[in-house]
Amino acid sequence: MLARIRAFFADLGVLEVETPILSHAGATDPALASLCLAEPTDSPASAAAVDRLYLQTSPEFHMKRLLAAGSGPIYQISKVFRGGERGRLHHPEFTMLEWYRPGWESARLIDELLDLARVVLDRPGLPVEQVSYGDLFRAALSIDVWAASLTRLRQCAVAQGIPDAADLELDRDGWLDLLLTQCLQPSLGRGRLTVLCDYPPSQAALARVRPADHRGPAVAERFELYLEGIELANGFQELTDAAEQDARFARDLAERQRLGQPMIPPDQRLLAALAAGMPSGSGVALGLDRLLMIAIGARHIDEVLAFPIERA
Amino acid sequence: MAFYSTNEFKGGLKIILDGDPYHIIENEFVKPGKGQAFNRVRIRNLKTGRVVEKTFKSGDTVEAADVHDTDMQYLYNDGEYWHFMDPASFEQMTADANAVGDAAKWIKEEDVCKVTLWNGVPLSVEAPNFVVLAITETDPGLKGDTSGGGGKPATLETGAIVRVPLFVQTGELIKVDTRTGDYVSRAKD
Repeated sequence: MLARIRAFFADLGVLEVETPILSHAGATDPALASLCLAEPTDSPASAAAVDRLYLQTSPEFHMKRLLAAGSGPIYQISKVFRGGERGRLHHPEFTMLEWYRPGWESARLIDELLDLARVVLDRPGLPVEQVSYGDLFRAALSIDVWAASLTRLRQCAVAQGIPDAADLELDRDGWLDLLLTQCLQPSLGRGRLTVLCDYPPSQAALARVRPADHRGPAVAERFELYLEGIELANGFQELTDAAEQDARFARDLAERQRLGQPMIPPDQRLLAALAAGMPSGSGVALGLDRLLMIAIGARHIDEVLAFPIERA
Repeated sequence: MAFYSTNEFKGGLKIILDGDPYHIIENEFVKPGKGQAFNRVRIRNLKTGRVVEKTFKSGDTVEAADVHDTDMQYLYNDGEYWHFMDPASFEQMTADANAVGDAAKWIKEEDVCKVTLWNGVPLSVEAPNFVVLAITETDPGLKGDTSGGGGKPATLETGAIVRVPLFVQTGELIKVDTRTGDYVSRAKD
């Protein structure tokens, strides 16, 4: 699988890069738990002086700094780490393929992503479909994502038979996440590659937001790829505005404070790189463990890992 | 009071919900690409045996239940309670009909049972997987029938009734699988 991926990008002239796994900055996203490490030490005095280092949750920030430095199109296959994520499709350490196409609109990168998936899976005829987040909720649940009240979202979750839906305390995105993961995701990408796109702006993460226009309300230019009910990839029309990025970091940290989560130092060097000028473009990250699961028909991520974390 | 985070959820964990002890049968971690993660769990109420599904926001905590299993020897029944003894400490405990449940029809004195304790009190009792019991009453079978096809009911010394092959006679010892209530074979003492 790795050989096919490398051949795919070599043909297209995309450069393979390697960036640090350890960083002085972490991911501020409240939904991501950065793992942090320090040297083992016996002396409390030196412990205080130890510099905290974070294991990357994705190589995104370092790769964007390369883009800002004029690298051109780049890809990387690297290990990424997310605390607390363990399940049939989750493992705290996993392998990610991430690539960037400066100057590209996300629609073009989506086509390239679909090509790569068909090549790596060796299923050239695998059909594809694209559906927007709003259309998916409207068609499957009769929910207007942009207008539905919290009460309406809760009622929908109850009607869908999600246990405890009547008692859960969730914000708007929490309800949407619940409905997406419990009711919609399992049927996405059955026998085809399904691209879900145009997310609510509140779920933009690091994507650019397209303002409201004649096509409809403002949407985050973010997309995800699904196959056989499994989320394989997440991509963005990248946010390149340093001030907006800084504001999102601040919003993340305020949310972390409210939730009593650890405060994570935001990446000032990324902000500096964005301020210096990162070319506009698109990027996407693909989970290779899950892709391998689908390729070999595995049901649990442990089947594609040499040593799951409990035995690592 | 101890608590578990949903990050620690796994099959076999014992938790307290609405005052009752539960055993986690299955835990599924679900998370969208970006955003709120959930734990979807199937749990069994250890008092009623009922299985229910629950949804937790990942990162929530629940109270841990002080529930553990221990092997104890069944001593006797006084008409109301079943008495058990810890074979190591010789400590004795009593379990009511609710806790003993189905195990009552399989166990006899000196059998070693798995007793589940909650805060030190027997919550449930599990009979050994296989028990050897004497048949106290069954219809005389046909001589020469060895096929076991058909079968007939037999009452055992504990009062349980199981289906046995026609050739098995009153007074004989038989081995029974307590999980299914099925006859396994004849047994020598």
